[in-house]
Amino acid sequence: MKLNLIAKHENDPRACRDGLVEELKKLMAADDSVVYVDCDLMSCLGTKSLRQLWPDRAIEAGIAEANAAGIAAGLAATGKKVYLHSFGTFASRRIYDQIYMSAAYADLPVHVLGSDAGVVAAFNGGTHMPLEDGAMYLSIPQAVVFDACDYAQLAFVTRAQVDIPTVTYTRFVRKGVVQVYGDDTEFAVGKGVVLHESDHDQATIITSGIMVDESLKAYEALLAQGITVRVIDMFTWKPLDEDLLLKAARETGAIVTAENHNLTCGLGSVVANSLVRHCLVPQEFVGVDDRFGQVGPQAYLMDEYGLRSANIVAAVQKAISRK
Amino acid sequence: MDKKKIDILAAKIRLETLKVIHSRGFGHVGGSVDLAELMAVLYGAEMRFDPKNPRWPDRDWLVLSKGHAGPVSYATLGIMGYYPLADAYTLNFPGTHFPSHTDRKLTPGVDLTTGSLGQGVSTATGAALGNRLDGRDNWVYCVIGDGEADEGQVWEAFHFACAHKLDNIIYFIDCNGYQLDGPTDAILPHGNLTAKVKGFGLHVQEIDGHDTAAIYDAIEKAKATKGVPSCIVLRTSKGRGATFAEPKHDHSSQPKEEQWQEALAAAEQALRDAENA
Repeated sequence: MKLNLIAKHENDPRACRDGLVEELKKLMAADDSVVYVDCDLMSCLGTKSLRQLWPDRAIEAGIAEANAAGIAAGLAATGKKVYLHSFGTFASRRIYDQIYMSAAYADLPVHVLGSDAGVVAAFNGGTHMPLEDGAMYLSIPQAVVFDACDYAQLAFVTRAQVDIPTVTYTRFVRKGVVQVYGDDTEFAVGKGVVLHESDHDQATIITSGIMVDESLKAYEALLAQGITVRVIDMFTWKPLDEDLLLKAARETGAIVTAENHNLTCGLGSVVANSLVRHCLVPQEFVGVDDRFGQVGPQAYLMDEYGLRSANIVAAVQKAISRK
Repeated sequence: MDKKKIDILAAKIRLETLKVIHSRGFGHVGGSVDLAELMAVLYGAEMRFDPKNPRWPDRDWLVLSKGHAGPVSYATLGIMGYYPLADAYTLNFPGTHFPSHTDRKLTPGVDLTTGSLGQGVSTATGAALGNRLDGRDNWVYCVIGDGEADEGQVWEAFHFACAHKLDNIIYFIDCNGYQLDGPTDAILPHGNLTAKVKGFGLHVQEIDGHDTAAIYDAIEKAKATKGVPSCIVLRTSKGRGATFAEPKHDHSSQPKEEQWQEALAAAEQALRDAENA
């Protein structure tokens, strides 16, 4: 795997979704069995171009997400490789039973794309703010769950999903995100990416999605205080990269998780599950602490819910003090 | 269609459906046995299938969206040679391949997994779209309960099928007038269900669901209808031919053994009557 860490805390001029759309174009051009289903949100994802190129295979299901999930499963039953998009709330809560029974239980892979994870839903407000979507998909046996952080990573996930034989769920951001990775970075499903590492790390930050950049800022702030930490982008929530996690737990002795998700049953929970069973070290949690979403600018919401580098710094200090 | 042959098959399916449920002693008798005539016409006169190759891509599909009618599928598929019939006499026993609700992972010949009502209508519709994308000339048949039509997803799927002009799928609504808590008219009255389906843009026919000739003719008419999906509303009697279930139109039954023996004897007599007709 090759890592090209940009990490200048600067927004990528490209919309994150374009990484997804370009990959879908390549996949659909190369393979007639790849189909894309949307629920009246093609304009929001920039996938109308797919419909122009492949009117038969870029399928509009309208504002009827439950049916769309069933259509996707039925298409999968005829051997199609199916991507299904809606906003994260609808792609999880609204279609949970359909994805669970018609797709996952029935052994029919559908690749669900849930856009605008957590506080990124900003001006669409609390009704549209998926803070539990990851929890729902983590609970489905054998489902693969991703929380992608930028253009290059979302492009990789889109490309990788097509070969995964189970239901997958990807939470991501449609528009502007900080560029973490150069486009030549290589990823692997189920493998965390070590962003910073030394032989004298005092703790490890495990993170994903928009919290990767906050974690990198926390790394710099801690370094200025003379505290060295390891930083891991755990963009595959399930299956969890336990080898990497437990190595970090053993070598650094303290873990902090940082996620744009409810703390109940998210990244922090799956990490804790593993630590409790295999390598019990102090863990602190940064995330949304059992609250509903609300409307507002993303920056305001990140302050409001404690999703900032300062929160991660404080959590690291606390975790180290508990060693 | 050879009506006598199909009527005999229907009687066999009804008898075998009772035997499958009797193997466990209880189950969804009412909504299973009332489909015997439909299954006989589909598997005896209409469908293209190969019991030795259940996932043959060019096969016709049968999706029992009212998944609790599983036993009528298990009886039919056994008679058609997908597996020895005795295999199905393990209904709901631990490790069985024959669960209450149809499951594509477990039973050869079951095309899609159903049970959570409404969902099979969408997945069947998706399969029809997939078959069309592949340029296949096969059919998808989807059986919906009238109680199941309470589910909004049924209507979402109809809407989708019309919007996408899917004319390679035929829906059946098994209108037996009853659901678990009582008569459908006492739960969520559908009013004129046939008119409602028509209002969604489907080609609709309403027929006697126990008349094999009428079922066959309706399917042939549906197949000849191009550009829109078809729906056939079957007027049926819940529990048809099951002596303990039909008088009360029970959703599920747990009769005593002597009631089972009476029902099985009546179904055997009905089979002899069909053979001697």
